[in-house]
Amino acid sequence: MSERPLAIVLRTAGTNCDAELCRAFELAGATPRLVHVDRLIAEPGVLDRAHIIAVPGGFSYGDDIAAGRVLATRLRTTLYPALRDAVSRGVPIIGVCNGFQVLVQSGLLPGPTSGETWPESPAPASIALAANKDPCFIDRWCRVTVDPSSPCVWTRGIADASPDTLMLPIAHGEGRVVVSDDATLEELRANHQIPMRYAEGENPNGSADGIVGVCDASGLVFGLMPHPERYLAWSHHPFWTQLPAGVRAGETPGLTMFRGAVESLGIGA
Amino acid sequence: MRIDVRPTERAGDPIARALVENARELGWDLETAASAAVYLIESDLDDETIDRVTRELLVDPVLERLADAAGLPGSQVVEIHPLPGVMDPPALTIERAIRDLLELDDRVAIRVATARRYDLVGTSRDDANAIARRLLANTVVQGVHVEPWAPTSFPSLPPADQSLRHVEIGTLDDAGLERLSRDGHLFLSLDEMRAIRSFYQEAGREPTDIELETLAQTWSEHCVHKTLKSTITITPPADDAIDWSDRPGHTRHADGSITIDNLLKSTVAAATFELIEEGVDWTRSVFVDNAGIIAFDDAHCVCVKVETHNHPSAIEPYGGAATGIGGCIRDIIGTGLGAKPIASTDVFCVAPFDADVPAGCLPPRRVLREVVRGVRDYGNRMGIPTVNGAVFFDERYIGNPLVYCGCVGVMPNDATHGDAKPGDRIIALGGRTGRDGIHGATFSSAELTDSHADEFSHAVQIGNAIEEKRTLDAILHARDHGSGCLFSAITDCGAGGFSSAVGEMGEALGAEVYLDRAPLKYDGLRYDEVWISESQERMVLAVPEANLEALRAICDEEHVEMADLGTFGTPERELVLHFDGTEVGRLPMAFLHDGIPMPTRHATWTPAEAVRAEPDAKGLIKLRLFRLLTHPDIASKRSIIRQYDHEVQGNTVVKPLVGRMGEGPGDAAVIQPVPGSSRGLAIGCGMATRLGHPDEPGSDPYKMALAAIDECVRNLVCVGADPSRIAILDNFCWPSCAKPENLGSLVRAAEGCYDGAKAYRTPFVSGKDSLNNQFRTEDGRTIEIPPTLLITGIGIVEDVDRCVTMDAKPVKGSRFVLVEPSGDTLTDRVRTARYVADQIADGRVLAAHDASEGGVLVALAEMLLASAGIGARCNSFEQWFDEREARYVLQVTSDTPEHASVRITTLAEPTTDEHMYVGGESIDVRSLHQAFTTALAL
Repeated sequence: MSERPLAIVLRTAGTNCDAELCRAFELAGATPRLVHVDRLIAEPGVLDRAHIIAVPGGFSYGDDIAAGRVLATRLRTTLYPALRDAVSRGVPIIGVCNGFQVLVQSGLLPGPTSGETWPESPAPASIALAANKDPCFIDRWCRVTVDPSSPCVWTRGIADASPDTLMLPIAHGEGRVVVSDDATLEELRANHQIPMRYAEGENPNGSADGIVGVCDASGLVFGLMPHPERYLAWSHHPFWTQLPAGVRAGETPGLTMFRGAVESLGIGA
Repeated sequence: MRIDVRPTERAGDPIARALVENARELGWDLETAASAAVYLIESDLDDETIDRVTRELLVDPVLERLADAAGLPGSQVVEIHPLPGVMDPPALTIERAIRDLLELDDRVAIRVATARRYDLVGTSRDDANAIARRLLANTVVQGVHVEPWAPTSFPSLPPADQSLRHVEIGTLDDAGLERLSRDGHLFLSLDEMRAIRSFYQEAGREPTDIELETLAQTWSEHCVHKTLKSTITITPPADDAIDWSDRPGHTRHADGSITIDNLLKSTVAAATFELIEEGVDWTRSVFVDNAGIIAFDDAHCVCVKVETHNHPSAIEPYGGAATGIGGCIRDIIGTGLGAKPIASTDVFCVAPFDADVPAGCLPPRRVLREVVRGVRDYGNRMGIPTVNGAVFFDERYIGNPLVYCGCVGVMPNDATHGDAKPGDRIIALGGRTGRDGIHGATFSSAELTDSHADEFSHAVQIGNAIEEKRTLDAILHARDHGSGCLFSAITDCGAGGFSSAVGEMGEALGAEVYLDRAPLKYDGLRYDEVWISESQERMVLAVPEANLEALRAICDEEHVEMADLGTFGTPERELVLHFDGTEVGRLPMAFLHDGIPMPTRHATWTPAEAVRAEPDAKGLIKLRLFRLLTHPDIASKRSIIRQYDHEVQGNTVVKPLVGRMGEGPGDAAVIQPVPGSSRGLAIGCGMATRLGHPDEPGSDPYKMALAAIDECVRNLVCVGADPSRIAILDNFCWPSCAKPENLGSLVRAAEGCYDGAKAYRTPFVSGKDSLNNQFRTEDGRTIEIPPTLLITGIGIVEDVDRCVTMDAKPVKGSRFVLVEPSGDTLTDRVRTARYVADQIADGRVLAAHDASEGGVLVALAEMLLASAGIGARCNSFEQWFDEREARYVLQVTSDTPEHASVRITTLAEPTTDEHMYVGGESIDVRSLHQAFTTALAL
């Protein structure tokens, strides 16, 4: 019997996409474990056993003050060292939607420049998720494109998916990527730290450079606004009843994203 | 301490930009505007610490900057602050986050308030004030300031006078009783007041204020449904559409009149119990709990409830709708031993945007915008997908809009029933009790008037979805505890607050309550306010003493407050209330629950003229089609639907908008309640208000009810539900039934519910009514809403892979057919539904759509515009625009079998050039798409 990697899914008050994120890891070959942030703060050692760490979507602490702000502040001030050490030893981290908003505010994205080590204390944010250009919550599926040269372990294996299947659902009010200055954006581009962009004509929230998600230079830490965990079966696709049976064979790009990260660990199987 | 935070240049200010646009729509031309978040912090923290809080918590270095109070040059400032005593959920979060950040315990005093500031350039002080009141604030709960404002100190309420008050009732005459009912906001009838007077005369004492309040809450229309449960007499017309023979609970008299004993029991409920008798064996709990429960698969049940929150939404649409959906979600959490909410629905009835707005009413566009925002903010935060809904427009909803909120839950088979046991502790879980929502139950049972916004501002509730989410998480953990469910019963605190929740749970046992143990939001509440407050996010559980510790551990982990209010079970089956060592109330449960007099009510009914309006047959087909597709009832509701998260939880397989373009109005939604199982649940609704509309020729609420049930069934069948596994709910919203004509139309609708449920074999499992929906204007005019019956349905889908959506598919050799009953009988309609379901199950159907508002051509056009690259060459057909019931448009691959009860007409063949060729005209499908999707802007 092979050992399945352990995926720690962090939750707190207002987290609400945790069950489907756990399901995604389960289907991708990992063993998910849902842990409350208060317990992690009390016992940061729990993270030492994690092979993967995930921050799910939702409205942590009501998104009061700003989306993800309160949870991010808690992570910055308590768990940052444990999370930084996890990345340093090769643990992939994903933040989905609210989780992405949390990662950029807690110093985990975009991370240090290629080749440099993680700083002792969290770096100030250089990316942020602002209110959508149309300041309103929006739920819809978007076509996306994937940078095949990105080191991101979460987007491997989906770059070649057909345009009709390479779609992901967004559901957010604050998903407009704003980068602090042009140099930072240039660096993200040059290092292929933008693994995913909205396809031409999509960009539903006005993100800079059509950015869907950002990874750190190692490709382990990835944050994105859409929800790949809502795309684990073909019946989740927005017009699956139109897709020919041949297209619906095999696994969805959403599930492939999780499998890619799990398999990149080289544990089990 | 005041902290102003503004967006940086890079972030931009979409909120201010939207404000400029919205102001322009209303005729105010602003040059520009800027927005800011304002935080007011009252504490003993030093400047350095506040500075740290600001940097680490309140300001994002990319998006935000700290600003001084100067603002934009040449601007006029407006600020929106919550009124004292009104819930400010973000402030509570911030207080806690500051404590966490600084590692402070609860003894350090920190108080926070939040506000928003807007700098408007190019307007006067008066106009800025007006803009704020029209677009930014609801003055029922928020204050508008025209300069930067910070209170000198945070308001606190004076300590309440807790002395025990008695109300003199024994000596009152009828006029006195009526005055007491009105002035005390009891809203009880004279008969009811007399019953109370007799009770206390016999007891030889006067009631305490809290006893009287308890009776008023428990006996309110909202809580006891006294109209629907009363005995009613009616004389039907000759040649009636209703067959009055052999109806349960109906007695026919020699003079032709009929007496109905308990209308609800003799119609809606009778249908269900007769169906169960006849072999419908999959209902699990009907009418008795907070929601109706049906079997789902071998291990799970699903439950469903739909509520209305009309009166609070009329006054404060955002808070009213948010707490409407929040309350309905709590009904699901409080069903059986707790269910997990998995989907929500919403249906709104409002006036057309161009309607005249009488004093005391909000403009309808604002009402709709705000109720959508309320449902969105609450539902999305709870993480429950809002998957189905509808919006209907009629001028008569101007003063009394309707807000229906529904919720569906899933539970394991062993969690469908709970009962409090003697000795169980009465445990309150969740939010604290405040002064918000006092008298909501009685208020909702009264007529609205132009002064209600002022008089009943205290009935408005502000929701805090995250509080409810935490409470939900704790309850599900307690239900699924390793040692078994930790509680023996659960219910939510809805209308009437603790008084209703404890009163209902303890009905068979009695209950002893210590009101001073309830956690309060702030000091200054009297004991009777604690008892009847409708503060949100509270649940009441009956918990065996032995489980208290385990429950407390869960609550601590989830940061949910838990309070032990007393015990279920008293020797005499009484409700006994204490406060600070004094007994403040004692009522026998028997009188509280069964003492309400049920007078016989008289109903009348005059048939409307039988002429049915012919559809407008003039003009080009193209123009008529455009006119219909842009009619607000028909036009795409995308501007609403896309604001709701309809996919959270990852189980939505047929979404509300379907098709390649993501714009097709789906007939019903389908979710997978049990992840990993291919079994699905379809959720849909039906409403046919026009057929029961008092001013409409040929109208009859009986037919309206039948049509609503048929539409609901049709919608569910169109996505692949099994018509023999559909459960339905009734939600009656009626004008005052003190008027015999309105009671008559209610009777007819209820009779329609009975006949419809029996014919389709769709049991009602739950329902609700709201019976005083009318608005009295300043000049004394009464605007009654049209009788409005919502039928909501849930249906089992055997295998979600067989689901069908309404968008046309690019399949050569396929065709579009109209499927309709061949005859006029109810049986023909039922068979047509079964026929369509069979064709879908056999895999012959590529697309299915219900043809309702607008008729057949509208349905076909919607199917095409939902797709891309498909048009239709239409056959000659006389009834493109007829609105008839029980019609389906299907796209089929091959010949469909003949059936005696069904007429099939081939309407069109698909083309690949995105045009409809109909009646010699050619209509561009893309332009239809454009018109349909943009007509209804919020």
